[in-house]
Amino acid sequence: MSVSERSGTFEKRAIISGIGISRIGRRTGVPGLDLTVDSARAAIADAGLVPGDVDGIATFGETPIDEAAGALGIEPGYRGGGFDTGGLLSPVMSAFLAVAEGRARHVLVYRTVRMLGGEYIPRDGPAGGGGQGEVAAGVARAMADMQPLLAAHAYSAVNWLGMHCQRHMYLYGTTREQLGALAVNSRRNAALNPLAVYRDPINMDDYLAARMVSTPFGLLDCDVPVDGSIAIVVSPADHAADCPHRPIRVEAVGGAAGTGGWVHRPDYPKMASVDAAAEMWGRTELTAADLDIAELYDGFTFLTLAWLEALGVCGDGESGPFVEGGSRIALDGALPVNTYGGQLSAGRMHGYWVLHEACVQLRGDGGARQVRPQPEVAVVSVGGGPIAGCVLLTR
Amino acid sequence: MLPTLTPRNRAFWTGGASGQLLIQRCAACGRWIHPPDDRCPACGGELRAEPVSGRGTVFTFTVNAHQFHPDVPPPNLIAIVELAEQDDLRIPTDIVDCEPAGLRCGLPVRVLFERHGEIFYPLFEPA
Repeated sequence: MSVSERSGTFEKRAIISGIGISRIGRRTGVPGLDLTVDSARAAIADAGLVPGDVDGIATFGETPIDEAAGALGIEPGYRGGGFDTGGLLSPVMSAFLAVAEGRARHVLVYRTVRMLGGEYIPRDGPAGGGGQGEVAAGVARAMADMQPLLAAHAYSAVNWLGMHCQRHMYLYGTTREQLGALAVNSRRNAALNPLAVYRDPINMDDYLAARMVSTPFGLLDCDVPVDGSIAIVVSPADHAADCPHRPIRVEAVGGAAGTGGWVHRPDYPKMASVDAAAEMWGRTELTAADLDIAELYDGFTFLTLAWLEALGVCGDGESGPFVEGGSRIALDGALPVNTYGGQLSAGRMHGYWVLHEACVQLRGDGGARQVRPQPEVAVVSVGGGPIAGCVLLTR
Repeated sequence: MLPTLTPRNRAFWTGGASGQLLIQRCAACGRWIHPPDDRCPACGGELRAEPVSGRGTVFTFTVNAHQFHPDVPPPNLIAIVELAEQDDLRIPTDIVDCEPAGLRCGLPVRVLFERHGEIFYPLFEPA
């Protein structure tokens, strides 16, 4: 099927009409429900709506739908979420589909985290849900090699992805200084973001001197756990004229829960991000050359490199040189990356701050960190290993 | 953390009792299959566990420096080993009797087993 025949893809019938973000902090002690109510009320008001207008909610993990709905006074006829092929963005993608199908008109999507651990699964066992929400069968298959990894005393994503990064270094000569360019870039952008948790400048020496966690990743390759909540409102495109702020258009989505898991992909160290990006580009006539900004997942620095290659911004093995020195990915560079400070410095909102920031930048509301000239096309990418999702947004 | 034995994975985790690393092989196409499966993913053929040489190379690795588990003091050496029998035949495992600085992609290794009751966990050392 050609792209033109696909102009009716469901996501093009959805817009992001509102965005909201709570306080973000480390060990705040603030209950997840309070954070959720803060971000949700902000997003609903931002969309020009009141809670009674919202007829759907989607989320997974912290703060179940019933709790949020009760606190906000919403009776959601549509309940979405789960943890499907869109990975952490599955609730967002389910909301796009719900409004496109007319199953709901305004869907509140939120993600609330409270110093969430870095793992995709509970540490005490293989895929099963726990605090991470429901795990779909496809994802469970993608996680089938979890037992052997745990048997090998590889308990954390830092170990699993450290091995991906090490292989990338072996194949392509990728260096720690190239990884460090991402950490330094994020901190520089975080300094311009009042909500970011780490805003003091760092340089390459600081990066290289940080304690090792699991080679080749040191502490500054790892994102920062935080408490916080981010919400968006997804509405049908015909609501655009009623939005008090510029609505954000959804150009394309892609997602993958890849077979091959963490160990056995034939094209290792590639990950499901390759498949998610291919699906996304197959649903639009835009290409990587059209990207004005890239808000890319950075649970670990290397994941951003992997996304740059998966999205076709760089060829295989070329992402290290692409980010080296940091000028190309800076706010005034050819492709600004993680303009809000990334999970590395702003905080681990588990894939939802990249989404929020893409909307902020496309609206032109970035303040001191606003990219100029005004970005028109943004990509948001989330995930690592066998689970990935990405979204292409336009203003 | 030890795996749960199943009919599908039992040969792999217990073969060390006879000093053998047992990997599934397709009776029809001859392809080695890991992780264990019910049928050959390539041709649908029947799988049976056969011994491999126990030799391979380090495909990739990480030297873990953070204590994630109270019983596993760092540094512990984690690797994915590619078995000599076939490209892409990979096992996540521990590397032992190896200096962290000596661990590299392509390092030749050989299997040894660590017994935990019924399970003989296959780990690797420099060959």
